[in-house]
Amino acid sequence: MAGIPSRHKSIFLLAGVVLLQILLLALQIKRDSEGRLIRVWTVGAFSPFERAGNHGIGHLRDTWRHYFALQNASRENEQLRRENDDLKIKVTQLQSKAIEADRLALLLNFHKSHESVPMLGARVIATSAGTASATIMLDRGSKDHIKKNMGVITPEGVVGKIVEVYDNTSEVLLLTDKDSGVGAMLGNSRVQSPVGGAGEPLLVMKYVANDDVVSVGERVVTSGMDKIFPRDLPIGTITDIKPGNPFKSIRIRPSAHLERLEEVIVLLTLQPLQLNQETETAKPSASVAKSPASGTPAKPAPAPVSSIPAPNSTNAAAAVKPE
Amino acid sequence: MNDAFDIRNMESHIEVHKFRGGAIVGATLLALMFQAFVPVYFAKAAMIDLPLLITIYFGLSRRNPSTGLLLGMIIGLLQDSLSGPTVPLGLYGIAKTVIGYLASSIGARLDTEHPAARFALTIIFFGLHQGIVLLTRRILLAQSSVWFTMHLAAAAVVNAIVAVFLFALLDHLRKS
Repeated sequence: MAGIPSRHKSIFLLAGVVLLQILLLALQIKRDSEGRLIRVWTVGAFSPFERAGNHGIGHLRDTWRHYFALQNASRENEQLRRENDDLKIKVTQLQSKAIEADRLALLLNFHKSHESVPMLGARVIATSAGTASATIMLDRGSKDHIKKNMGVITPEGVVGKIVEVYDNTSEVLLLTDKDSGVGAMLGNSRVQSPVGGAGEPLLVMKYVANDDVVSVGERVVTSGMDKIFPRDLPIGTITDIKPGNPFKSIRIRPSAHLERLEEVIVLLTLQPLQLNQETETAKPSASVAKSPASGTPAKPAPAPVSSIPAPNSTNAAAAVKPE
Repeated sequence: MNDAFDIRNMESHIEVHKFRGGAIVGATLLALMFQAFVPVYFAKAAMIDLPLLITIYFGLSRRNPSTGLLLGMIIGLLQDSLSGPTVPLGLYGIAKTVIGYLASSIGARLDTEHPAARFALTIIFFGLHQGIVLLTRRILLAQSSVWFTMHLAAAAVVNAIVAVFLFALLDHLRKS
């Protein structure tokens, strides 16, 4: 205080004394849950600078990151975009495989529940090129013991039958084709009548008498009378009934998703089959399905069921899984 | 503490008083004792702030800011010490330091011997003292306290009246 004018010395002394007593206060006071006042004051005095410093440093860091450190961002972005596209493709593939696995699981379960029936899984590789017919092409042919008039099904229901066989492929006439037909009967009343295609998504059941009781929503199953499909395979569900002369006009929605088939099961036999061993007496109101070409009843094949070897018959999963 | 306080402002035309030996210390201790014990038996006596009046008087009389603020600081810290654990050391110390400084500064410039001047100055210093104490409580200690009450106003007047008679009594301690 040597350089300070004497009249100002008392002011500095006052300031020093007051400051000392303020510090003395701070050392004594202890606030609830906040510690001693000196700590509160110190924190309160420093925290604005700390916040400002932190904000400034954060701002500088963000500026550096967002503006100056982006030399490789474009390249990295391009790489990430490619990786993202690849991952999207992989995800799509995995989803597709998962769906396929579900379908194959259905086929496998179906095969396991009917192990006595020789059957072969096949993949749909093509469909008919025009709208005049409803056919699909399978990746199995005569080399896989597929023969003409063999039945083609899915776990959901009847698909159609083999109409052409080649060495490695075969062609299936779908139920929805106007030349297709299958021996069927009503699920409840057991009234029999062939079900055929009409060239549209719905099937038609033509020969049900007006006095037969039929209801919308009733299931229609195979009758087994066509010697192609075993009994009680689901064909579809009745969606519309109109009285006619002398027969009702009944429209049926197919159980199998015929418009989006990917894997099917070929019944490797021309013998009459029974998936379910129970025997029921069906009402003979109609006969069997007509042949796709001639409309004549399908002719049972002479070979016994057991004589037709199923590929990989020792492995049920492999037997139904398309290669 | 009495004779050690030399007269530093020799340029002042106002008389600077010296006191008998031990007068400042004795008066300070008596004031503190009064403040600590008399209100126990006479509650209304708490209204009188004798340490403040002593600070004002010796500040006005000695007329040296440095000695005034140091005396105020000592008296204030002693009052804090006697005020119990709820009053932190420094609460009255700060206030009386400032009052001691101001009283000394004013005493060096004005004639404060007249009873009316003493009355008025005491009221002003009392209010200022209460203001500093209140600010210290509010700002530094975060304690709630009212700015003004009629009790404080009455206390200011009472202290001013007491100051007129007390200062006249203390004048007898001066060296002639």
